[in-house]
Amino acid sequence: MNPTPILVIFIGSIFTNNILFASFLGMCSFLVCSNRIPTAIGLGGAVTFVMTFTTAFNYLIYHYVLVPLHLEFIAFIIFIAVIAAFVQFVEMFVERFSPQLYYALGIFLPLITVNCAILGASLFMVLREYNFIQSVTFGFGGGLGWALAIALMAGLREKMGYSNVPVALRGTGAVMLIAGVIAMVFMGFAGMMSLQ
Amino acid sequence: MITGLLSLAVTAGIFIFLAILLLIAERYLVNYGSCLVRINEGSVEFEQPGGGTLLSALYEHKVFIPSACGGKGSCGYCKVVVLEGGGPLLPTETPYINRSEAKAGVRLACQVKIKLPMDLKLPEELLNVREFKARVSLIRELTHDIKEVNFELNEPTEIKQRSGQYIQILAPGPDGPVFRAYSISSPAHENHKVQLVVRLVPGGIASTYIHNLKEGDEVTFTGPYGEFRLSEDPGKAVICVGGGAGMAPISNIIHTIYQRWPDRPCYLFFGCRTKSDVFYLRRFQKLAEEHPNFKVVYGLSDPLEEDEQWDGDTGFIHLSVDKRLLVKQNRQAFLCGPPPMIEAVTEVLQDKGFKNEDIFYDKF
Repeated sequence: MNPTPILVIFIGSIFTNNILFASFLGMCSFLVCSNRIPTAIGLGGAVTFVMTFTTAFNYLIYHYVLVPLHLEFIAFIIFIAVIAAFVQFVEMFVERFSPQLYYALGIFLPLITVNCAILGASLFMVLREYNFIQSVTFGFGGGLGWALAIALMAGLREKMGYSNVPVALRGTGAVMLIAGVIAMVFMGFAGMMSLQ
Repeated sequence: MITGLLSLAVTAGIFIFLAILLLIAERYLVNYGSCLVRINEGSVEFEQPGGGTLLSALYEHKVFIPSACGGKGSCGYCKVVVLEGGGPLLPTETPYINRSEAKAGVRLACQVKIKLPMDLKLPEELLNVREFKARVSLIRELTHDIKEVNFELNEPTEIKQRSGQYIQILAPGPDGPVFRAYSISSPAHENHKVQLVVRLVPGGIASTYIHNLKEGDEVTFTGPYGEFRLSEDPGKAVICVGGGAGMAPISNIIHTIYQRWPDRPCYLFFGCRTKSDVFYLRRFQKLAEEHPNFKVVYGLSDPLEEDEQWDGDTGFIHLSVDKRLLVKQNRQAFLCGPPPMIEAVTEVLQDKGFKNEDIFYDKF
């Protein structure tokens, strides 16, 4: 059992152990879908949703099916299948209720399936031996942290449209540099608390 | 061994469970039910199961919207006005729809999906567009890469066109059938046939298909479409400027004019590269002898060979237009040819006092 209080897990997964800036997971869609704030927030919301529910679902499957049967070694396959199913569900949901967002996210909506941050959250949950409430909190906080990261980046990139970026750095290059700088800023939070 | 089987069973069990959950979700989320589509305040109405694109639904119900790319959202032809039920403008449409169009509710029919009852507004003419089955009756080679293809209409047997309009011919492509637009070159009064003038574009899907047609082959096309509007005022002079396969609508307009108004003033400027690209010249010269108000000018843009004889103009065709036209009122112009030619000629015509609404053009 992990004794970390829920509030610490929640705040920690958003700031000090931000899954994107501390673990650098989920970079691909972070780099590509951070052009505009509405798109970024939409994708962030979708990732948060998927992350919260997949950690919950994966927790139940892991602890009530796989552990009793000593089948922990197929956890990866099962986790990925659960994530894929949830992404399918989110895709249908978004297409129905926000076609605009659906087209703006394009291929990155189905690609949430292979967003490593989401699988990462499920694996951290197992590694750190969280209980159910802690896992869900971690999944939700981790998703919010990822959403915060991509929204921050989108805000900066919208402003960057007005500045004179050296040609060689335009696009991904500048984004990588900025991500590095923001990651260092987030490391400043690490002194407050750290997730184990 | 047992662990292996057990892990397989657990994996399969969980997969099946997830699949069932998804099926249930799909049933409630993707099913839109049947939606009523109304066009022009109910002059056409049909029920359509939701989920598909508007373009394919309209096609199914024999409302033919021009579309060249086959629904990929890359040609921007299939514009319709959606008054209600279209949802927000999608990012795939924004490149083709400007701000005032967006305000009026213009959408690309191939991108809009039917999810709610819809209310559309279409130009009345589009509702008159029909699907035609026709047979190739005659093929003539005009130059090394331009063919004149004549179709005899089978079903329906009559086409009502305004001069300068075009049809969309269905051609088999590598990724399924595509529609490509070609102007009708036969005059409006010959309403049992459709004639096209087609230049072979290397690698072109439809032009290759048309050039490989043989007499007796069956084709399908829809039409007529197009904004060319020949004025009904016999005093209004007509200036036609074309190049290459741009002859098609011009030939149509000129023959229509002299069938209806034998004395109407009309100028034809036609640009070619070399003498081997010249076609229909003798036919138009004969027409000019019968109708003194008809003037024909063919121009060659490439320099002549040493021993070549040519009594027409030389140089680009917009120079001929500039040289021969005076500044006057009450004229209409129809331009059809490659974009640089259209731009150059439009500039010349504006200098000669043409108003923008009197210049019709077709760039290709």
